[in-house]
Amino acid sequence: MSELVPPFDWHYVVVSTWTESGGYYGWMALMGFLVAATCGLVGNYLILRRMALVGDAISHSVLPGLAVAFILANLAGGGGVGHGVRSPMVMFAGALGAAVVTTIMIEEIHKKTRVKQDAAIGITFSSLFALGVVIISLFAGKAHIDTDCVLHGEITFVPDDLFVMIGGREIAPGPIVRMAGVAGVTVLLIALFYKELLVSSFDSGLAASLGVNATVVHYGLMSWLSVVVVSSFEAVGAILVIAMLIIPGATASLLTRRLPWMMALTVVHAALSSVLGLHLAIWLECSVSAAMCVAAAGVFGAVWIFSPSEGLIRRWAARRADPPLEEPAA
Amino acid sequence: MRHGIKNTPGKGSCAARQRHGAGFPSIGVRSILLRLVVVAFVVCLAPGCLADRIGDLTETSVIDQAARFFSFRDESLRYALLGTILLGVNCGLLGGFIVVRKLSLMGDALSHAVLPGVAIGFLWNMTKDPLAIFIGATIAGLLGALTVSAITHTTKIKEDAALGMVLSGYFAAGYCLTSMIGRLETGNKAGIDHFLFGQAAALNRDDILLMSVVTALTVLCVSLFYKEFLVTSFDAAFARAVGFPATLFHNGLMLLLAFSVVIALQAVGVVLVSAMLITPAASAYLLTDRMHRLLTLSALFGVATGAIGAFLSFLESGLPTGPLMVLAATLVFGMAFLFGPRHGVLIRWWRQRSRGHRVRRENTLKAVYQALERREFKGESVTLLELAQRRRETEEEARQQASALIRNGLATRHGTGEQIVLTPEGWLRACEIVRNHRLWELYLTNAAHIAADHVHEDAEKIEHVLGEDVVRQIERRLDFAKTDPHGRPIPSIDDMRRGAGGLFGRDELVGYGKTT
Repeated sequence: MSELVPPFDWHYVVVSTWTESGGYYGWMALMGFLVAATCGLVGNYLILRRMALVGDAISHSVLPGLAVAFILANLAGGGGVGHGVRSPMVMFAGALGAAVVTTIMIEEIHKKTRVKQDAAIGITFSSLFALGVVIISLFAGKAHIDTDCVLHGEITFVPDDLFVMIGGREIAPGPIVRMAGVAGVTVLLIALFYKELLVSSFDSGLAASLGVNATVVHYGLMSWLSVVVVSSFEAVGAILVIAMLIIPGATASLLTRRLPWMMALTVVHAALSSVLGLHLAIWLECSVSAAMCVAAAGVFGAVWIFSPSEGLIRRWAARRADPPLEEPAA
Repeated sequence: MRHGIKNTPGKGSCAARQRHGAGFPSIGVRSILLRLVVVAFVVCLAPGCLADRIGDLTETSVIDQAARFFSFRDESLRYALLGTILLGVNCGLLGGFIVVRKLSLMGDALSHAVLPGVAIGFLWNMTKDPLAIFIGATIAGLLGALTVSAITHTTKIKEDAALGMVLSGYFAAGYCLTSMIGRLETGNKAGIDHFLFGQAAALNRDDILLMSVVTALTVLCVSLFYKEFLVTSFDAAFARAVGFPATLFHNGLMLLLAFSVVIALQAVGVVLVSAMLITPAASAYLLTDRMHRLLTLSALFGVATGAIGAFLSFLESGLPTGPLMVLAATLVFGMAFLFGPRHGVLIRWWRQRSRGHRVRRENTLKAVYQALERREFKGESVTLLELAQRRRETEEEARQQASALIRNGLATRHGTGEQIVLTPEGWLRACEIVRNHRLWELYLTNAAHIAADHVHEDAEKIEHVLGEDVVRQIERRLDFAKTDPHGRPIPSIDDMRRGAGGLFGRDELVGYGKTT
């Protein structure tokens, strides 16, 4: 056990991270922050619309979209299958296609049959994910599937990536510039369509009377979600991206009931969890992206216990001060 | 070679013995069990029959591979097949309850939440000991389920978000542990990766033994407590009211679910476990309304998809079994979705279409009646022009509708073909519709006190669906009134008979006009 958990050395874990290799770890923390903040902002709407698991579904079903897009891009490029054409445009196109197919499938199963929405989500994402795995293993030769590219990206490699040059000066590693772009567009889109998103999330009747087309908003949100998910893959992978989508918003929702505040707290949560996660990973020498998600869950746990409005302690105190007349049935 | 396949006859007969020992609540459950036992025996006997008949083959073509599959010569194949079939039974049975309780994604959350438990179970003695991993994973899965209910009960966070958080949070913790174990470079950690995607081909005797025990436990629990599970699934409040410990059964179901998720991980992997739980059960849900049939079908679908997945992945090396099983299950679901006899999309579309046709025919009949009524029933034939005017349509549309009536035996052509005459059957149906319409209008104005100029739209819809009993009841309630709110006569049963008799020179008519 002692070799599993290294001793906690304050200077090594916390101080020297920033004093000696600040640049290197700084890029990692920045990438983690960008991913968590972008996902968290989009995730806020998923939580409000009770579609958190649709986010889960899309993050899985993006896989066949990516596989098909790569294969098509390779065929179009004339090269044989297998030379990774990792151009962002191809990835985004595949992801958008997958998101639309997923959304349509869930809606069709849910509306045309008596299968409930949760089962429809389960059927959709698992079958599309399985399809993706089969396509990959058919075309990528007989080798075992490269699980790493699907399930977990790794933030550790981000600082080593090629730096983007502007005017002959190195600005930042490529993934960070791309993620910052996606983050910027996300903020812009939310600012532009704030009213539409807000109204259609809370009151579909009011939305219809104001002339907001709920279907368009729904598909727009799903499409942009798929873009965010794909651009986060490099850092966190298919399963951990769900943590980034849901945990920041859920934490913020325990602290406030106002959407603008919720968004601000989401960003704060993203910053906290990326920095804490980075230190956790340095201490335990484990995967940085997973540690960031654990840190995010940890921050949620702390808020759950200590939240001034509905934390566990507050609830316990309220119960003690004013016990309910009878135990509600469990 | 023979040890692996001996497990199931043991299990099958064991289940059969328990079947006699315990009082079973319904025939349905007994038949489920019987079918499962039959399936288990077929699977076990088949290798014995075929094992030595086919000689050595050089596996070059797909057909040879298929032949080799059905010879069941390879030990790993037998284990894989047995494993996937056991899994199909297990997940199918539990999935039935999960799907009807709207807990579908609980399986998904549990399957991700077990990862830290798998890692800790591995750390216990640094080997891939199935029992240690099983125990660790089950504990982690139950903790995950508890966390979900704690979050939903103590905060305003909804269940979907709680599931997502538990799923990803636990998975992240497990992934941290796994990457720490990877750093140690001691012990045999090769098995850990298989939990992500599953490797049915890597199943060994111990795994199969564990699967058999868990499957037997599931079958036993479901058959012993069928009624209890049924009641708590569909009406938890009623169950509590009559004194069933509903929470206990919910937790028991979660425990079984955790067990089966853990054994399924080896075969299909973390991500696809939920498919094995949801898809066969959802397909069965589209095909039947009875719970015991749902469970039987869902277990059968589970077995079928397991076997198909194992077969397909055997055909081509390098194809993973788990995803193919999932695709087979999705195929079954797709068939049920399209071709289901009661809830299928095609049959619904057809039903909707024929209903639309019937409504249109009935509206045409009504138009013919009204055209005749305008002339105070002088003459029998109605011209297409008259029909078109009444329906406010073109003559061409009227012609089409007239031929629809003729095709259905409700009218015949008259004269040059520009006129139609209703057959007795058509006449009765026309009267019936007009009668429904006018009685309903009168009922709305008299009994529900709705203004006379607001009742037409409603009657226009309901005239097509009112049954004979209801109409007679309304008629009685309205004291056999003669005219509707707009002053037009309501055809009574006597009128209909007399009218039909007068029109066509008959005294007796079968069908609607027959008095009770």
